[in-house]
Amino acid sequence: MPSEKNGAVFRGLKLVPRSDTTYKMKDFKSDQEVRWCPGCGDYAILSAFQGFLPELGVPRENIVVISGIGCSSRFPYYLSTYGMHSIHGRAPAIATGLAASRSDLSVWVVTGDGDALSIGGNHLIHAMRRNVNLNILMFNNRIYGLTKGQYSPTSEAGKITKSSPMGSLDNPFNPVALALGAGATFVARTVDSDRKHLTEVLRAAADHPGTSFVEIYQNCPIFNDDAFALVKEPGERDNRVLRLEHGQPLKIGEDRGVVFGEYGRLTVVDLADVSEDQLVVHDAHRADPSYAFALAQLDEPAFEHVPIGVFRDVEAPTYEEAMAEQIEQARATQGEGDLMELLAGSDTWTIK
Amino acid sequence: MPKEIQQLDRVIIRFAGDSGDGMQLTGDRFTQETASFGNDLSTLPNFPAEIRAPAGTLPGVSSFQLHFADHDIMTPGDAPDVLVAMNPAALKANLEDLPKGATIIVNTDEFTKRALAKVGYTTNPLEDGSLADYKVSPVPLTSLTVKALESFDISKKDAERAKNMFALGLLSWMYNRPTEGTLKFLQTKFAKKPEIMNANIAAFKAGWNFGETTEDFAVSYEVKPAALPAGRYRNITGNLALSYGLIAASKLSGLPLFLGSYPITPASDILHELSKHKRFGVRTFQAEDEIAGVGAALGASFGGALGVTTTSGPGMALKAETIGLAVMTELPLVIIDVQRGGPSTGLPTKTEQADLLMAMFGRNGESPLPVLAPRSPSDCFAIAIEAVRIATKYRTPVIVLSDGYLANGSEPWRIPELSELPKLEVAFAREPNGENGEFLPYLRDPETLARPWAVPGTPGLEHRVGGIEKSDRTGEISYAPANHDLMVRTRQAKIDGIARDIEPLEVDDPTGDATVLALGWGGTYGSIATAVRQVRRTGAKIAHAHLRHLNPFPANLGEVLKRYERVVVPEINMGQLALLLRGRFLVDVISYTKVRGLPFKSDELAGVFQEVIDRAE
Ligand SMILES: Cc1ncc(C[n+]2csc(CCOP(=O)(O)OP(=O)(O)O)c2C)c(N)n1
Ligand code: SF4
Ligand SMILES: [Mg+2]
Repeated sequence: MPSEKNGAVFRGLKLVPRSDTTYKMKDFKSDQEVRWCPGCGDYAILSAFQGFLPELGVPRENIVVISGIGCSSRFPYYLSTYGMHSIHGRAPAIATGLAASRSDLSVWVVTGDGDALSIGGNHLIHAMRRNVNLNILMFNNRIYGLTKGQYSPTSEAGKITKSSPMGSLDNPFNPVALALGAGATFVARTVDSDRKHLTEVLRAAADHPGTSFVEIYQNCPIFNDDAFALVKEPGERDNRVLRLEHGQPLKIGEDRGVVFGEYGRLTVVDLADVSEDQLVVHDAHRADPSYAFALAQLDEPAFEHVPIGVFRDVEAPTYEEAMAEQIEQARATQGEGDLMELLAGSDTWTIK
Repeated sequence: MPKEIQQLDRVIIRFAGDSGDGMQLTGDRFTQETASFGNDLSTLPNFPAEIRAPAGTLPGVSSFQLHFADHDIMTPGDAPDVLVAMNPAALKANLEDLPKGATIIVNTDEFTKRALAKVGYTTNPLEDGSLADYKVSPVPLTSLTVKALESFDISKKDAERAKNMFALGLLSWMYNRPTEGTLKFLQTKFAKKPEIMNANIAAFKAGWNFGETTEDFAVSYEVKPAALPAGRYRNITGNLALSYGLIAASKLSGLPLFLGSYPITPASDILHELSKHKRFGVRTFQAEDEIAGVGAALGASFGGALGVTTTSGPGMALKAETIGLAVMTELPLVIIDVQRGGPSTGLPTKTEQADLLMAMFGRNGESPLPVLAPRSPSDCFAIAIEAVRIATKYRTPVIVLSDGYLANGSEPWRIPELSELPKLEVAFAREPNGENGEFLPYLRDPETLARPWAVPGTPGLEHRVGGIEKSDRTGEISYAPANHDLMVRTRQAKIDGIARDIEPLEVDDPTGDATVLALGWGGTYGSIATAVRQVRRTGAKIAHAHLRHLNPFPANLGEVLKRYERVVVPEINMGQLALLLRGRFLVDVISYTKVRGLPFKSDELAGVFQEVIDRAE
């Protein structure tokens, strides 16, 4: 559970004022007609997000959602908060400027797999290494939705799309591994259709001070239907999903678990061959990211085992706090800036 | 016997040496001495593009030119009267700029066989008669310095290094400069290394005494102080003036300054400077690229800060899409482009004015925005404040076109009083503005056509902005044909309307009956104005006007153009302003262009103007 700090329920919101109003989900719905395709996973994410926002306990006007371009990036229009639907790939940069100059805001970035990892890859990694106080929600449908179905940086190699009639030649990114590689202090994965888990992850992301990166598996029924079916369908899901819960052993269904293997990697084993107390116990708070990275490597193309949950959640100074601190320090040692003194400098002369 | 002192009305000196010879520092110090003496002055440094080009080579030559006078001057001067050459490379690299009869002071110690061969001299120019047209003063600067510092407990290398101070001492004697400033400077600079401090002071004094005692220098010169308007002055470069202008605008408007920037020559110094002034509440963000730099600045503006981004040509190319977003979201943003030679990487350390059309049109769609250009290093201060005034009042991105010449060049600046600075009043939206208590983010101020600036944190004004076309008044997404037409025209009308709110174009036409007008913009002001004076001294008549506002143009520009039979437009590009003037006013201006990476020479422009006058008659 999030701890109580400076009156703020969420640690990531400690500089944001508290609200006197108790909001309901409907308070976060805008009057705009939602225009995604029927059955799009974005609806479920929007609904879960609107349902979650009242929990933040901050005034609606102190919440800002900034998106890039893509189907997913239409998100801000459907929320009654402040918002900016910006340009393709640049939302993390724009949000960085906002968050760095306004620590009293709760800033959310909504992006797609193409928006975040292709055109905006540079901004994404730099926001994470700086640990700007942002929550980045990346809707991964493994396809370019808005431009009608080209392969994306998370599409599987060999994928047949409009722009890859003989199969894509690109190897996909593993977004979680990428985020960890960039030094992200909070990295999680969740699924559009699992509202409870999605909400839990949003809660953990909001609680985390600094950049929270959340990959959300999202179905695009039009251009990449059922891309994550194996992780969602009840019959398949339970034997494939590795639920990450801090302090709990890593188990996949009833029959399999995870142990440490060679050279720091993790290995999936049959529980018939090892006892439960030999399983790795999940620790999301390890300062060293190696273990989280090894977890991310458990992903494999056929979804044989898929870690879902919070991979990493460690505390580190946030960018805007450090920035504000330098200003305070400069003022403490040199005094408040005096404009006239600045303009004059040290070498002046007077003409009578 | 005291030596003869000759009076001069102006002098142009160029200090040239290897990058490691400390020529910029020497030039700076001489400038400060000259400034405190009360001359008017103008300077131009010239550094190699390479950081550490091999010593003694032509690409490694660094120079600093200073023009000072007993009257007001506006340029660093066309050609040096005096060249101080610290080595053969410095001589070779600068000789072609020297007029016949110029004085050359050379450091003979560096004219070794090897050093001469390095720059392709097969014979020693000091001995082969090739410098017969110049007044050459050979001085063994290095060995004289080492000798003067014999008694100091410093390495030979450190002693040799002080040769620039010896040269400065010698030149200070030659031109009767006050020395207290330099002595004080050395005391502060080397406060932690007393031995080096004393050695440098000794070298400086030795140089002075050398001038006074040696037979080789028979006369010294004096340039009387200039009659400048009363006030307190300092010397300032364009980049420093831009930085100070932004800080001042932040203070005046009460908006915290946020700079998002990515290093690039010749704009980086603004980032460096602003990052020093955190105590003014300035936030500087060195982004991962120019796109992030402008993006972060726009994000900060959305949050109610004064968002600024600084760059040069290649960075401008990258920022285009985000600037378009700022046009669409109608948020204040200041974009500073310190122009350099292009295209592509071009000439990073040289000047050019070739980004004007990019600033005007370099975005997709109809994307109008105000464009301003400072006309001198110190004018950068006022232009920065003007850019902030327009950006915040009209909620629009504003592009400022400085250039490499203004950025690094310097001139005396009368420090303004606080009361002389413009008031910048910025009002955020606080209340809903709709008839039914709703907030209409695209309901405009009837006079300025600006939309409200409602920042996050303001209750009741929650709204969404973005790059998709917005409905008039409500700001909702709209693809309606009539609405798009209206919005395109409204955005244009908003920018065009700024013409009512800017100073009219002032024309300098003393007799009022000139038939030829010289019209320039930006950094060419000094060269054009000097050329105009030169022409007038021959008895000819010519008018001069200079644009600081390029979009919109001052309201009276069309009328001014019509008043003259011929309009000459000198530009350091291929005729970009000329194209705009022809298109807008159907006036067949005469375009005169040079793209050598250097400022115009006044002599050259005077010739061009004279020719146009002659043809007109
Ligand atoms: C600069 C630029 N290039 C290209 C586009 C076209 N474009 C819009 S969205 C998109 C891809 C979106 O994919 P993703 O981020 O995965 O979002 P999704 O639509 O799948 O949610 C592209 C290529 C654009 N809008 N801007
Ligand atoms: S194209 Fe796909 S991602 Fe886009 S709205 Fe339709 S279903 Fe959703
Ligand atoms: Mg996608």
